[in-house]
Amino acid sequence: MGGLDAGPVPDDEHDYSLWEKRVDALMVLCSSKGHFTVDGLRRALEDMGEDAFEKLSYYERWIEAVNRNLIEAGVYTTAELGEKMEQVKARGGTYGEAARG
Amino acid sequence: MRTMAPPGHVRTPFYLRGKHGVIERALGPFPNPEQTAYGLPGEARDLYRVRFTMAEVWGEAAENPDDLLEAEIFAHWLEPLDDSHAP
Amino acid sequence: MPHDHPDDPFHHEGISPSGHPYRKDDDTPLSYWQCMEIAVRELLIEKGVTTPAEVAAQIEAMDARSPANGAAVVARAWVDPAFKARLLADASAASREMGFDIGTLRLIAVENTPQVHNVIVCTLCSCYPRNLLGLPPDWYKSRAYRSRVVKEPRKVLAEFGVTLPEDTTIRVHDSTSEMRYIVLPMRPPGTEGMSEAELAALVTRDSMIGTGLPRRPA
Repeated sequence: MGGLDAGPVPDDEHDYSLWEKRVDALMVLCSSKGHFTVDGLRRALEDMGEDAFEKLSYYERWIEAVNRNLIEAGVYTTAELGEKMEQVKARGGTYGEAARG
Repeated sequence: MRTMAPPGHVRTPFYLRGKHGVIERALGPFPNPEQTAYGLPGEARDLYRVRFTMAEVWGEAAENPDDLLEAEIFAHWLEPLDDSHAP
Repeated sequence: MPHDHPDDPFHHEGISPSGHPYRKDDDTPLSYWQCMEIAVRELLIEKGVTTPAEVAAQIEAMDARSPANGAAVVARAWVDPAFKARLLADASAASREMGFDIGTLRLIAVENTPQVHNVIVCTLCSCYPRNLLGLPPDWYKSRAYRSRVVKEPRKVLAEFGVTLPEDTTIRVHDSTSEMRYIVLPMRPPGTEGMSEAELAALVTRDSMIGTGLPRRPA
């Protein structure tokens, strides 16, 4: 996006929450174990398009990119993810309940 | 810098394509990200740091023409300036 | 991909002890993406790719990295010319020499002088010397910073409160591929008698990205 017009640089900063740190950790661990490369993550992020950049937060994009690369690498299947997400949702309505801590 | 714009993942910013720069330093060979991005083994490609003037990159729109911009560019995105066959 | 999930992911709620807003966290409704994080993590554990302890240790290691690490490197370079030469020759090796675990990060230090001021950006994504400075600030990852600093660095720096002389050349480094960068800022005047630790306290995160200058001694 170098050189495109844009407004002032935002001066807000936030502390990363636990789930964001976990996404970061999964990215580092899976790439260091050779399941994908940082280039694979960047490619997945780019393929998500402008819409995702506008609508999703940084680590929301990253977990989707990690997930895509893991499915492509054959670590688990889309169906396994779908089932697991249903189980997680059924545990409770908050992150703490669903993550069991 | 070459001007090609293929679809897919590359590490070459659009704003530098077709611009003239000088090599600041050679960084050595790295796996080609255009392959590793798709889960393929990356062939070794030479990577360079290339220096551009803001005047070259942005022309009349440059904020300060003498300021500099440097980026890492793989050899297959570079072509020699003294090549008389260059476009 | 489900762009249409109803959760608004971008609520700032409350202020943390460090003065930064929290994003919604444990006690707010589970979002689609948080649900995916939990599911991906549990699948990775079930498949034997990682363990809960390994994830926790990785978070702890990342939390332990902060701009103080980079500040210590800068202060050493200010007081030790031989170290500075090693830093400019190979910033990864020089950082390891000080005991920082920077993994496989390939780090280049770029030196500010009265003639040259360096600024770091990644226009393609958000590459940052995270193994030395910790995770990047939100603005570093913003569209505005990434779009503008390669074209109008002086205007962007002015927004950060930094105005440079016209005859100082700005060198913007776009971290497009394998290297990560750290700025070695100029040692402020009036710091001649200060210890290395006192000097490190003057080195701000932004001064190592190039959007700031070190503090002046009180």
